Amino acid sequence: MAIKEHRLIFKNIDVEGYTNDIACYEKNGGYADLKKAIGMKPEEICSEVMDSGVRGRGGAGFPAGMKWKFLDRKSGKPIYLVCNADESEPGTFKDRQIIHKDPHQLIEGMMIAAYAIQAKLAFIYIRGEFFEGARILERAIEEAREKGYLGDDILGSGYSCDILIHRGAGAYICGEETGLIESLEGKRPYPRIKPPYFPAALGLYQCPTIVNNVETLCDVKHVVNMGGKAFSEIGTPGNTGTRIWCVSGHVQKPGYYEFPCAALTLGELIYDVCGGLLPGRSLKAVIPGGSSSKVLRADERFTGKLKDGSEFDWGIEDIPMDFDSLMAAGSMSGSGGVIVMDDTTDMVEALANINSFYAHESCGQCTPCREGVQWMKKVTGRMSRGEARMEDVELLRSIAGQIEGRTICAFGEAASWPVQSFLAKFNDEFVAKAKQQAERNAGSEAPQALETTLI
Amino acid sequence: MSADAKAETITINVDGVDREVPKGANLIDAIEQLGEEIPHYCYHPKLSVVGNCRMCLVELGMPMRDRATGEPVLDDDGVQKIGWMPKPGIACSTTVAPGMHIKTKSQVVKDCRNGVMEFLLLNHPLDCPICDQAGECRLQEFATDYGRGYSRYTEAKNVKPKRTRIGPRIMLDDERCILCSRCIRFSKEIANDDVLGFIDRGSYSTLTTYPGKQLENNYSLNTVDICPVGALTSTDFRFKMRVWFLKAVPSICTESSVGANTEVWSREGKIYRITPRRNDAVNDTWMTDSGRALYKQVEADNRLRAYQVDGKASSFDAAIAAAIAQMKQGKTAVVASARASLEEQFLLSQMVEATAAVRVDMVSHYGDGDHLLLSEDRTPNLRGALLTGLINDLPDARLDGLGKAIDAGEVDTLFVVHEDLAAAGLTDAQIAKVKVIYAGIEENSSSANAKVSFPLLTVFEKEGSFVNQNFRVQKFHNAIPAPRGVVYDLHLLETLRAHMVGESPTRPTVPAVWELMAQKITCLHGLDFRGLGDLGVGVDAGRFASLPFVESKNLKHDPEKRSKLGVEAGATA
Repeated sequence: MAIKEHRLIFKNIDVEGYTNDIACYEKNGGYADLKKAIGMKPEEICSEVMDSGVRGRGGAGFPAGMKWKFLDRKSGKPIYLVCNADESEPGTFKDRQIIHKDPHQLIEGMMIAAYAIQAKLAFIYIRGEFFEGARILERAIEEAREKGYLGDDILGSGYSCDILIHRGAGAYICGEETGLIESLEGKRPYPRIKPPYFPAALGLYQCPTIVNNVETLCDVKHVVNMGGKAFSEIGTPGNTGTRIWCVSGHVQKPGYYEFPCAALTLGELIYDVCGGLLPGRSLKAVIPGGSSSKVLRADERFTGKLKDGSEFDWGIEDIPMDFDSLMAAGSMSGSGGVIVMDDTTDMVEALANINSFYAHESCGQCTPCREGVQWMKKVTGRMSRGEARMEDVELLRSIAGQIEGRTICAFGEAASWPVQSFLAKFNDEFVAKAKQQAERNAGSEAPQALETTLI
Repeated sequence: MSADAKAETITINVDGVDREVPKGANLIDAIEQLGEEIPHYCYHPKLSVVGNCRMCLVELGMPMRDRATGEPVLDDDGVQKIGWMPKPGIACSTTVAPGMHIKTKSQVVKDCRNGVMEFLLLNHPLDCPICDQAGECRLQEFATDYGRGYSRYTEAKNVKPKRTRIGPRIMLDDERCILCSRCIRFSKEIANDDVLGFIDRGSYSTLTTYPGKQLENNYSLNTVDICPVGALTSTDFRFKMRVWFLKAVPSICTESSVGANTEVWSREGKIYRITPRRNDAVNDTWMTDSGRALYKQVEADNRLRAYQVDGKASSFDAAIAAAIAQMKQGKTAVVASARASLEEQFLLSQMVEATAAVRVDMVSHYGDGDHLLLSEDRTPNLRGALLTGLINDLPDARLDGLGKAIDAGEVDTLFVVHEDLAAAGLTDAQIAKVKVIYAGIEENSSSANAKVSFPLLTVFEKEGSFVNQNFRVQKFHNAIPAPRGVVYDLHLLETLRAHMVGESPTRPTVPAVWELMAQKITCLHGLDFRGLGDLGVGVDAGRFASLPFVESKNLKHDPEKRSKLGVEAGATA
């Protein structure tokens, strides 16, 4: 391996002999940062987090310090902290490792964050499928409570906060923060309209609420440990700290790899870190940040201007793995789920697969997503069954355009971006397939465009 | 209205034109007040905002200001630049702000509406030919404005439960449902009966009731009104009549002293349904299910349909002659009714004068209130009887005073309006001791024992006004013709009065009666029937404001506030 991993969050994960109990965690220096944090003023921690520049690891990449700053502290209502452990983005499997193998790191990070924002109560919203993870966290919380790391009068500081585990029931939309809050309140996870329901002001039970990803909260622990400034020196300005890249697909060694932001390129990640593609295959496409990010085509050239004004001209292998570079390349780093596809991949099938997922997970609250995503699934489903019509490619493009930017939450974009990017970058493949199928089915009983009258 | 005229306004720019709108208004409402419409399904002015239909997407922008200095950012022409939002926003969750710019006719907005329309129609059954909502369906209306006219959808539509009886008066067709959640919000927020909800998710989301429960509260039919499509239909109205054949006439609900504003929908003299009419001072946009059923009294079996003398059908003139002959013998007492209109009560009070009646009584009809739109007083016009001077104090449930007077031989003739004497506590002996002249809608113990019976009209067959629990005078109009041969109630009362004093009777119209009333009744000074408008006018209750009325707090009535206001107004008057 040419490039060495820099494990910060995953420092102890998969280390020989490291167990997920509190004794092992404390032996490895655990909860020292919480002790340190309790000695600081809450606003000092907030400004350290601000200085660290740490950006949300859940997908949107919004600066965590900024999010905390928006918190409405004057309302007089209790403040809540919620850890978003509803890791459901296809291609992402980092939070699960933390929860299973190093749960106390999350708890420590959460208690520091809770103290910093002076939360009254903290929740971990964990996806329903992580039943083992929920059990591990329950035990870890019990251990931490016994040791006085959470609960009443934490470490004699006078500050009290507890953590409650809430298990989801298996819905992707619960990862959307306002959907999560609704679910936590015991309702259907219908995302709220923003404005006015920004969680920082009107969150859980209409109280100010901070929702952070598991990895982000772990980062908070390290920010306190090394100081915001030192943390910000990892990576590049604006893209600080490490990222855990969850690589899946047609590579020799899929898995999770932690690197500082921008420490390596996509090519290095695939070829040096993950051992390259299977023998005799060539790279076709990469989805760099979970299934909702836009696909990158292997033979594309990415050109443009970065924020600092410098021009870039990258092949897919040259793209630095960080928030801003992937955004400049027209996609996003999202939740860090890198899905690699080689030349054996049928892009129509791949899109049909993604569409099925989103059609199954659309909550059904708002019209464009509820009806449009299901429709896209049906069209790509037909294409993969060999029943495409010539106009289907244009139809798909049009449906995606009717969803994007018109929904209550970001699910609309999450579902339409794959379609838009697949069609933009592999248009020929889709057109060829539609043409071939349409010609084959011409004159047969296969579904034709029906002109039904409206009323 | 006067309160609105005083409300502060702000300027917003709609499609390039500066317009004045009320400060703090919802954008959809503000545009509606300008006489234009932003299409919408899920938004309802009286329910919480959820923003789920996405039909009201518009382009929004605010004048740009420099973040650092707060100075306006100007373009080359020195005009402040507009910072348009990158994505269209929903009007329903937007409150108007000074300087706000909106585009409702741009290509982006049109595309948004076309897109949402297409999506809504994908799984909609398009069974308009057999759908009761056809003709008043928002989906139909906006489909003609924003629909493609053909479908690009070749796949099979979702199949959902087609006819589910979700309550005694409601039928649900889930295939037609566009999942706007208005009915759910209504049940939860207004009716306080949270029985509706969605199950399943995505395109398969289905409206249903909580297991083992029904939508059976007394406000359930409001969900039918607010359903923008034909998913919820009234079992009473279902398949009875096409709405475009119906004529809607503004009326007032007579169920209780709330006086909910209504519309009576009829065709060729037959009423098919009653729906609420918006009046933010009275009933918002709601009414009770029980109030909607009141049209059935028009064709009720116990309806009194003919003039009768001594139990035999007679002509109007013969009945009048018999009644006058009886009343001229003197010692006449009158039992008035809070179910009569203000004008009728006024003419009755004139008749009382003309006959030199020995006493006027009235019967109260009280029940349990639901603190919403069904008040404790189950008559529509008790306050009218007070204003016209028919009575000076609140009535009792029983006619015990009258009974004693009959026992004492002070009464020979009893002129009864609407009331059932036996039910009001008179004994058979007491009833037998007097000659009863009855005027009413129904047959009852009074008509059974009457020497003369006059059929009266239902609220749907005449016009007039009622004074509701807040002393708001509200008018109702003639929706259907009176039964054949039956004269207007006002005509009857005027004829009796005129004959008593030897005048020749006129045919009084409601506006003419109002001219008299406005002169004689202080609190109606300066008012006329026409001037009541569609929404009614509140009048100064004066000394009556402090009477111990039975109504407790309900949707638009607060006894404490009311009596305070009234006392103050009365003191200054």
